[in-house]
Amino acid sequence: MRAGVVIFPGSNCDRDCVHVLRGVLGQDVAEVWHGETALEGLDAVILPGGFAYGDYLRAGAVAATSPIMPAVRAFAQAGGPVLGICNGFQVLLEAGLLPGAMLRNHVQKFQCRPVHIRVESTRTPFTRALREGQVLRLPIAHGEGNYYAPPALLATIQDSEQVVFRYCAPDGRVVPEANPNGSLNNIAGVCSPGGNVLGLMPHPERASEAILGSEDGRLIFESLIAFVESRRPVPVG
Amino acid sequence: MSTTLSRLDPQAVGLTKAEYEEIRRRLGRDPSALELQLFGVMWSEHCGYKHSRLTLRALPAEGPGLLQGPGENAGVMDIGGGWAVAFKVESHNHPSAVDPYNGAATGVGGIIRDVLAMGARPIALLDSLRFGPLDDPRARRIATGVVAGIAGYGNCIGVPTVGGEILVDPRYRGNPLVNVVCLGLVRRDDLARSKASGPGNVVMYVGARTGRDGIGGAAFASEELDERSERDDRSSVQIGDPFTGKLLIEATLEALRTGGVVALQDMGAAGLTCATSEMAARGGVGMDVALERVPLREDGMRADEILRSESQERMLLVVHPEAAERVAAVFRKWGLNAAVIGEVVAEPELRLTLGGRPLAALPPYTLADAPAYRPAASEPQRLWDLWKLEALPPEPDPRDALMTLLAFPDIASKRSVYEQYDHSVQVRTVVAPGAGDAAVLRLHELAPKGLALAVDGNGALCALDPYRGARLAVAECAADLACVGAVPLGVTDGLNFGNPEDPEVFWTFRQAVSGLADACRALRIPVVGGNVSFYNESPEGPIPPTPIVAMVGLVDDVRNSPGMAFRADGDVIVLVGEPTGELAASTYLRTVHGVDAGRPRDVDFEVHQRVLGVVREAVRAGLARSAHDCAEGGIAVAVAESAIAGSLGVDVVVPAGSHRGAPSSRRDAVLFGEAPSRIIVSVTEHAVPALFTLAAQADVAVTVLGRVGGARVRMAVATEGPPRRDVDLSLEELRNAYDSLTGIFA
Amino acid sequence: MATVRIIITLKPGILDAAGQAVRQGLHALGYEQAGEVRVGRYVEITVPDGLPPEGIHQMCERFLANPLIEQWRFEGLDASSMAASRPRARRPRPEGRPSGRNTDQRGLH
Repeated sequence: MRAGVVIFPGSNCDRDCVHVLRGVLGQDVAEVWHGETALEGLDAVILPGGFAYGDYLRAGAVAATSPIMPAVRAFAQAGGPVLGICNGFQVLLEAGLLPGAMLRNHVQKFQCRPVHIRVESTRTPFTRALREGQVLRLPIAHGEGNYYAPPALLATIQDSEQVVFRYCAPDGRVVPEANPNGSLNNIAGVCSPGGNVLGLMPHPERASEAILGSEDGRLIFESLIAFVESRRPVPVG
Repeated sequence: MSTTLSRLDPQAVGLTKAEYEEIRRRLGRDPSALELQLFGVMWSEHCGYKHSRLTLRALPAEGPGLLQGPGENAGVMDIGGGWAVAFKVESHNHPSAVDPYNGAATGVGGIIRDVLAMGARPIALLDSLRFGPLDDPRARRIATGVVAGIAGYGNCIGVPTVGGEILVDPRYRGNPLVNVVCLGLVRRDDLARSKASGPGNVVMYVGARTGRDGIGGAAFASEELDERSERDDRSSVQIGDPFTGKLLIEATLEALRTGGVVALQDMGAAGLTCATSEMAARGGVGMDVALERVPLREDGMRADEILRSESQERMLLVVHPEAAERVAAVFRKWGLNAAVIGEVVAEPELRLTLGGRPLAALPPYTLADAPAYRPAASEPQRLWDLWKLEALPPEPDPRDALMTLLAFPDIASKRSVYEQYDHSVQVRTVVAPGAGDAAVLRLHELAPKGLALAVDGNGALCALDPYRGARLAVAECAADLACVGAVPLGVTDGLNFGNPEDPEVFWTFRQAVSGLADACRALRIPVVGGNVSFYNESPEGPIPPTPIVAMVGLVDDVRNSPGMAFRADGDVIVLVGEPTGELAASTYLRTVHGVDAGRPRDVDFEVHQRVLGVVREAVRAGLARSAHDCAEGGIAVAVAESAIAGSLGVDVVVPAGSHRGAPSSRRDAVLFGEAPSRIIVSVTEHAVPALFTLAAQADVAVTVLGRVGGARVRMAVATEGPPRRDVDLSLEELRNAYDSLTGIFA
Repeated sequence: MATVRIIITLKPGILDAAGQAVRQGLHALGYEQAGEVRVGRYVEITVPDGLPPEGIHQMCERFLANPLIEQWRFEGLDASSMAASRPRARRPRPEGRPSGRNTDQRGLH
């Protein structure tokens, strides 16, 4: 797989994503500067976490206007897998590539700690190798992860199986105590109607090696790699 | 404006008459009004280290692996494999008192750029904080503001905050302490320096524009705080922009990779004045600087304002002329300013002009080398009285005492604080805040090796005996490192004291430095650099002498680094080191009985090294399932903390007295007494003989205290006959006490 | 040139965590009289004279505010009154933002 990791001014998890994809999973990675306007020869695009443009105005709002974004939109519209992690998720929301909006955490503070999320849908390239109901342990690190959608939109998202992850207890129960940020219905990740664009607040790249306490995040990347490889034409002979 | 300036007397810029005479002697003439202002900031205590420099010479600054000692932006140690670490501590006490959020945030930004100036990528931050009691509304506002400021800046720039400490004491009510430590990683061959060289090389300003903020900050840091400070001194506080700070990190590292950068330095305290004069002085060269080329944020700034501005997120570079355009392009790519403002010249003279008009011309050393003083020192006589500890108060119920200690802010869980800090970005954090005695970062560059970091200070002990207190701080750092299996590499010290012109304050400073020096010599590690913050006084008086020690160590294999949490039912809890603790100067006496007295026990570094050696070996051999130093609150608190962290109960019996000395007559001394060189280790039953063998080989005392198991924490003091159960509490009760800070910071 | 002053706040009914924090702080300082607090953003933009309010509304809708969660009002175009964000006809968003963003857009009262 050849994945592109988009670097906005203020991205701070770009190097971590590159490390996991290249160093841990042995994939080919292109570092894509936000000022570029084309995404060529890529199998997947990742928008990493951080504070793009300092999160000034609103988290992700200025980054959503970056020169690279039309190319990201075109890539997504062509069915290409796009993964937004944390700030990358916020950018996708602001760019309108994913439904909903992000509010400040209800606890009013940045939250950095491990949480559990439950896989709600396996129809995305990032979760097709997982089980529905599977519980992953991943760290969160954000101040604005309180997912919101107006009632009608929320109903649409839920009805069309666009909720991909929910915060849950270690045993998989989706309970209010497991919600770290006040997110509507414990939503931790949503996808586009087609399923090929996914945004999630927890950081899979920080949980992809045993030495860091969890390897659950790697499952998301491995699922993506398997999806990309499966789409390749089988060589004849 | 210039007419007012020309009438400036030395006092108006914070200099004495004698210092004015010294300026005249060095220049061979009267300084111009502007020059006098530059001397005012450069010879402030904050920039010039006037009262500390001679004393600091006592600190050991040599040793194997030392690549850069004091005198640069940060110290650097070799860690093998072609890599090195740069680290330094810096205080931002006064700014944090008047504007807690911005004061702390810019403290983080400033120290990061010091490490960056060595060519290193910042990979970790730690904070050592001191506040007044948190039930005081003002202390609380400062504390929550400081924590928010550290989070606001540190999280945005993507450097994990992996550890630190928070201690409270009424003596910090009017003058909190905010000391920030930054650690960076750099290839040995890529080490950068701040020594300007090469006549014809250009002087390049990069980063944010210069505004009027922070003018006089260095002088402000060199004064005592009074009640008006909070309202009036806000203009001396700089405002940080972490977004620009992050861009500056990436742009600077990218610019260094071009190979065109000769030298660089942060424009921090005293801004452009400090950067130009220090860089030129270090290289024995001069500089021509045209101030009209400095990118400004607002119109109409005076030359002295441009020179003294402490606007954040700016650095000064010396660049090969043929590389200037390439280097500037890197900064512009990142959306930052880059302007050639001058040139390096052979003649050692700093020549500042504005629109062709000469403003100052003087040898850089005259500014950069402030005079050094040896202030009077006198031992405070009251110490002798404070050391007397005759009638100890009667013993309370040990359960109540344990709960009180666990809830005391110095000991209580800092979870509600460190969860506000991004501590996992950069995917290195193996032992996270709250999980172990020292933070552990893996080095995938040198896997399975890693780095360990700890920061410790104890103002209350130093107030009773600054020499021993400083030694205890070094000993505790080393113990913290040993708990994760790390060998110490070096130390950076943050020295926070009151007014050095007060002989009793200066005596404490000298004693503390001497304690640090002796302790580091005993451990055979260098002090690679540090920071001195004087004039930490408020109308309530000076702060306690507060030397803060940050120690960096190397771990052979981070997979073996244990946390402090007990791991499994049935594991055996072993005390490594002599059991005896003392009540004198203990946190127990201070918090439970309100008695702040007694002489702190001294560290026997020969014993200490042997105890730490056993623990380190146990970790390396994979025997230690947990390791936790007995610090504030003694054995009882250490065991309770490991139990809470692991959500596992314990049943332990603590021997009353040393293997060699007489048994203690007081149960509270056994449970809560303090002493260095005592570490609680848990091992599986099978590993007990191997641990005992290690201890026997090193002639170190080991005692089995009991076992991990159940849901209650049970402790007894071993006495003649059947032991009495002194403590029997549920984990939930203990956790409630231990989480006392949640309501304050969360 | 005219200077437009735009105030953006969270819509009523959406949890304003910052507002709550400010209210707590005011109470901690003894200002018990402080009731509901809403924290918002203030944006000043200079624009050519004669720009219709629709131009400002577009800036707010597309970028300065997030219409899913925020409302805005501005003054300075004609120096007379604060124009307010108001129920708007659905139209496709040039940047491809979901049209659902506008579904519960409400004006200020």
